[in-house]
Amino acid sequence: MIAQLTALERTYAAIILVVIMCVGVAMAVVGRGDLFAVHGWIIAAYAMAVMVVLLRDIDAPEPWEEHFREYYDDPTKVGIILSLIWGVIAMAIGVWVASLLAWPDLTFDAAWASFGRLRPVHTSGVIFGFGGNALIATSFHVLQRTTRARLPDQLSPWFVLLGYNLFCVLAATGYLMGMTQSKEYAEPEWYADLWLVVVWVVYFAIYIRTLARRREPHIYVANWYYMAFILVVAILHIVNNLAVPVSIGHAKSYSLFSGVQDAMTQWWYGHNAVAFFLTSGFLGMMYYYLPKRAGRPIYSYRMSIISFWGITFMYMWAGSHHLHYTALPHWVQTLGMVFSLVLLVPSWASAGNALLTLNGAWHKVRDDAVLRFMMLAAIFYGITTFEGSFMAIRAVNSLSHYTDWTVGHVHVGALGWVAMITFGSLYALVPWMWKRPALYSARLVEVHFWLALAGTVVYVFAMWNSGIIQGLMWRTYDPNGTLTYSFLDTLVAMHPYYIARAFGGLLFLTGIVIAFYNIWMTITLPAPVDEGAASDLPVEPPAPRAWAQAGE
Amino acid sequence: MFNFHYRLERNAMGLVAAIIVVASIGGLIEIAPLFTIDETVEDAPDMRVYTPLELAGRNIYVREGCYACHSQMIRTLRDEVERYGPYSLAVESKYDHPMLWGSKRTGPDIARLGGKYSNEWHVAHLYNPRDLVPESKMPAYRWLLRNALKIDDLGEHLAAMRAVGVPYTDEMIANATADAYGQANPDSGQASGVTERYGDATNLSLFDGKPGTLTEMDAIVAYLQILGKLTDAAKQAEQARVE
Repeated sequence: MIAQLTALERTYAAIILVVIMCVGVAMAVVGRGDLFAVHGWIIAAYAMAVMVVLLRDIDAPEPWEEHFREYYDDPTKVGIILSLIWGVIAMAIGVWVASLLAWPDLTFDAAWASFGRLRPVHTSGVIFGFGGNALIATSFHVLQRTTRARLPDQLSPWFVLLGYNLFCVLAATGYLMGMTQSKEYAEPEWYADLWLVVVWVVYFAIYIRTLARRREPHIYVANWYYMAFILVVAILHIVNNLAVPVSIGHAKSYSLFSGVQDAMTQWWYGHNAVAFFLTSGFLGMMYYYLPKRAGRPIYSYRMSIISFWGITFMYMWAGSHHLHYTALPHWVQTLGMVFSLVLLVPSWASAGNALLTLNGAWHKVRDDAVLRFMMLAAIFYGITTFEGSFMAIRAVNSLSHYTDWTVGHVHVGALGWVAMITFGSLYALVPWMWKRPALYSARLVEVHFWLALAGTVVYVFAMWNSGIIQGLMWRTYDPNGTLTYSFLDTLVAMHPYYIARAFGGLLFLTGIVIAFYNIWMTITLPAPVDEGAASDLPVEPPAPRAWAQAGE
Repeated sequence: MFNFHYRLERNAMGLVAAIIVVASIGGLIEIAPLFTIDETVEDAPDMRVYTPLELAGRNIYVREGCYACHSQMIRTLRDEVERYGPYSLAVESKYDHPMLWGSKRTGPDIARLGGKYSNEWHVAHLYNPRDLVPESKMPAYRWLLRNALKIDDLGEHLAAMRAVGVPYTDEMIANATADAYGQANPDSGQASGVTERYGDATNLSLFDGKPGTLTEMDAIVAYLQILGKLTDAAKQAEQARVE
C-alpha cells in the first residue's frame, strides 16, 4: 500500500506525521496535570503507529506507471475495514449500555464503564466510526466512477481517512475519561473539533479537485448528496462547537452560547447531523449502489432534483421540533413543526425513487440478499421519515418527547436505514474492490439479512411500546384529578422492554459480526481474479507526472 | 426549472454555492433572532451565578453524562408542572454554557431538584441509588466520594465563563479556589467570603459530611442543591398566573 505512493508523497506523509507527533507531545507538555496530556500522548502514539507502517516501505521503488492509469482504491479498502471494526465495537457497546438499563450494576464501580460515559461511545462510534468511515470509503469510490477520473493525488485521501479516524479515537477515549462538551453528537472537545475542521477542508478539496478533472459533463446525483454532506456538516460543526477553552492546556471548554440560544443551536446541529450525515451522505450511497446492483437506471431524474433541494432547504428549519413546549419561543417551535411536516415530500420522493428503480428487478431482490438490504433500507427510510414528521407535530411530541419512542425512532433510522444501506453497499463494493467474482458466502449474507431485520423489528417494537406506555403513564390522572403514577412506577413498567431491546440489539450485533467474517474471508481467501475488473478504469488518464505531485 | 438544473449540475462551484445558500437560510431565520429579540429571555434581577464549587459540580454532571438520562426542562404541560413544579423559563439557564436541557428522561426531570432532599440523601443515593430506591436504574457513583476535587484551577474556569458572557467579577475569579473550599467547609475562615460574593442564600455545608477535605461528591451535591434556585422568576411567574 505504501509502495503505491510516489517517493514524494511518502516524504510529505513523513513530514505531516512528524508535525502531528510534535503537536501531540506539545499537548502532553502544556497539559500536565490535565487529561489534555493523555490525549496529547494518544495523538503522538497514533502518528507514531502510522509512521511505523510508512517506514517499512519508505524506500520502495516508485510505483509502475500503469498504477496511475487505474482508479485509486486503497483508501476505500482500508475505510471499509475500519467501518466494520468501528461498527462491531460500537454496536457491542450499544448492547452493553442497553443491558445497563436492565441491570444497572454492570458498571462494576468503574467510572469509565458507567452508562453516561459509555453511551456517547456507542452513539459516536456508530454514527462517526461506522457511518463516517463507510461514507468516506464509498464517496471516494463513487466519486471516481461517476466522474471517470482518478483521485487528484494519493496522499490527501489517506490524510482524510486516517485523520478522521484520529478524531474518532479522540472522541471515544475522551468520553471514557470524561472529556465531553455534553452536546449530543458533538461531544468531542475543542481541539478534536479543530482537528476535524482541518480534515474536512482537505476532504472537500479532494471532491472539488476530482470534479474539476471529471470526464463526464454532468455531476451525478450521488455526488450532490455527498457534497451536501461535506459542506453542511462543516457549517453545522463549526457553529455548534464554538467554545472558549479554560486554557490552552485544558481539555475543558465552555460553549459560546448559553441557555435557549444554545439549545436551539444544538438541535439545529443535532437534527441536521441526522439530515446531512445520516441522510444526505447515505442517500449518496443509495443513488449509486442500488441502481448499480439492480442493473436499472434511477427511475426519475426530476424526483432526484426535487428530493435533493427539498432536503437541503427544509431540514435546516426542522431542528426546533426537538424543543416543543420548552422555553424556546413559540414561533420557532411552530416553524420547526411546519417544515418537518413538509419534509415528508422530498423524503418520500427519494424513498419512492429508490423503490421504483427496482421495478423490473424484483426477481433480483428476491434472490439477492445484497440488493434486498438496499430495498429494505429504502423502506425503512420511508418509515422513519414518516414517523419523524409525525413526531414533530406538537401534540404528538408532547407524548413522545423524553421517552423511549424517540430512541425507537432514531433506531428505525440508524438500524433500518443507515446500517442496512451500508451493509448492502459494502457487500456490493467488496468484490469489486478486491477483484473477486463474488462474496465468500451468499448464504451468510442471507443469515445476516434476517438477523438484521429481526433485530431491528424487536428493538423498535420494544421502544415504541415502552415509549408510548411511559408517555401515557406520565399523564394519567385518577378521578380525583391527581397524577396516578409516580415516576418510579413508570420506570418499573419499562423493565421488560429494556430486556427485549437488549436482545434485539444482540441480534443486530450478531449480524454485523457475521458480515465482518464474510467480508474478511472474501478478502483473504485466494480467489480467481474477476474478469470484469479489467474494464473498471478511468478515462484518458493524463500523463503520470501531473498527479504524482502530492503537494499540488 | 429542470433546464436550469441541467446547467447547474455541470458546474461544481455553482452547485457548492447553491448548497451553501439554500442550507443557510433556515438557521439564519430561526437562530439569529434569538439573540436580538428581547422577549426571548425574561428579566430576572435576582439571578445569581454559579459559585466555583457549584460550577465544578456542574462539570462533573457533564463529565458523567448525567444529561443523557435527566432533563432540566419542565415543559408547559399540566402533568409536568404538577409532577416537577413551575415550568422552566429561558432565563433560568441564561448562565448555562452549555445548556443541559436534556432529551431523554430515563430518570425524572431535575430542573427543580434543589432543596428537595437533604445532602445526606444525595450522598447516599449517589453512592448506591438502590440502597434508597430499590427499582432505580441509575449507576452507583462511588468514585465521587473517593476522588479529591481539583480546585486549584477554578479561577481559570470562572475567567473562561466570563469570556463567554457570565458576569463573574475579578474578585470572584481571584478567590475561586478559596470560595470552593469555604462553601464546603462552613466552619473554616474561607466561608464568610462565599456569602459576601455570592449572597446570603448560598448553601454552605459539609456536603459530603466530611470536614477538611473536598471531594467530587461535595461539588456534585452542591450543584444538585442549587438546581432551580438561581432565581425565583419561575415561581413568581406562576404566582402571578394564579392570582
